[in-house]
Amino acid sequence: MLSKRIIACLDVRDGKVVKGVNFEGLREAGDPAELARRYNVEGIDEIVILDVTATMEARQARAHTIAAVAHEIFLPLTVGGGIHSEADAEAAIEAGADKVSLNTAALRTPELITRLAKRYGSQAVIVAIDAKRGAPPAPHQAAPYNVFARSGQSATTRDAIEWAREATERGAGEILLTSIDRDGTKAGFDCEMTAAVSDAVNIPVIASGGAGTFEHFAEVFREGRADAALAASIFHFNEKSVSDLKQYLSTLGIPVRI
Amino acid sequence: MIALVDYGAGNLTSVRKALAAIGAGVWTPVAPGELGRADGIIVPGVGHFDATRGLTEEWRTATKAAVAGGTPLLGICVGLQWLFEGSAEAPNAQGLGVFKGTCSLFTFPVNDRQKVPHVGWNSLSMPRPSKLMAGIAPGTQVYFTHSYAAPVVDDTVAICDYGAPFSAAVECGNVAAMQFHPEKSGPAGLQMLTNWLRTC
Repeated sequence: MLSKRIIACLDVRDGKVVKGVNFEGLREAGDPAELARRYNVEGIDEIVILDVTATMEARQARAHTIAAVAHEIFLPLTVGGGIHSEADAEAAIEAGADKVSLNTAALRTPELITRLAKRYGSQAVIVAIDAKRGAPPAPHQAAPYNVFARSGQSATTRDAIEWAREATERGAGEILLTSIDRDGTKAGFDCEMTAAVSDAVNIPVIASGGAGTFEHFAEVFREGRADAALAASIFHFNEKSVSDLKQYLSTLGIPVRI
Repeated sequence: MIALVDYGAGNLTSVRKALAAIGAGVWTPVAPGELGRADGIIVPGVGHFDATRGLTEEWRTATKAAVAGGTPLLGICVGLQWLFEGSAEAPNAQGLGVFKGTCSLFTFPVNDRQKVPHVGWNSLSMPRPSKLMAGIAPGTQVYFTHSYAAPVVDDTVAICDYGAPFSAAVECGNVAAMQFHPEKSGPAGLQMLTNWLRTC
């Protein structure tokens, strides 16, 4: 049976792992390669590096971080954050990334999804969607899931469900769905939003934002119908170990790799 | 030295890194004639089956000759599919036909919530002992990412089930292949690559 994946996210700034709440107030959480090594030993299924302050000047530094992490693990490695062009994707993949994650660039230039999918295969292209619940357009109507660009800084006119569908049609291989409302809060994943997106597309959906307890992971796999769950804070600060989480999920009958 | 064949299908960085980690010397041949001096040949591949058209008649002939001469050949992912007769993904691209059968898209009954592509860690069962899977326990999980899969055949040495059983690994004489990515499958994957390297 296909396992539910547990993914550790390394938000990197200036070569260090950092983590904030609701996308703000970053604090340092350690060295990317060291954290990757620890997660690898604990049985993490995959690692995502998000370069949260990626700039043109940072490209070289990013390649160094990717190579250092790739050296530690023989697991799938995704890089996102500063992928704005085919050249950025190429640099990340050459440095050792297996997949790239597009966010703002895909919103600005949706054709980039298709170009990268044609060049590297859909399996190498993740479209990351940062979404926040909006006000319902009228009483008794469903609240929209508003998509934000630029690390949650810029509102767009897109809805997460529609955008996930379009990204899939354009060639995305996976959707990384982050709830801005829940990011870093440890209040649990937005299961409702995850389920809505997961049901709307036929590609895997990675849920992100809000992991605080083991129960939250069980909820997002069952109620949220997520294929994978991504977390950062809960693992970085040694609050919970990946191996304990997997043991817990396994006792509930949720398939995981142990 | 191991010849890692680059026919333009995706990135070879991960495979190269894994081979380096288990102590294999690797080079990427620029001409088919170079395959004659390889101790082992790896045909990797991510992406679309159509990309295997980059393996022109000259490459096919050189690969067949090397295999006939006893050189071990390993296919990974699309590389496995290429060793079958073909794939529904690109009917005009011909496989090498070492293994019988054609690769087809995962299909599921309506309302079955399994997704395509098949992405993630899934477990293996071994229908019979093999060199490639030596020391690998049944139930071991490896990392897959693919939409098309090869049928279970007599040469299947590892089976995975995703809605239906398919060939996760095949082996016949000095030709072996894996549908999953051993270079992305942690210690188990490195063990399988080491098993293969020992045959070179």
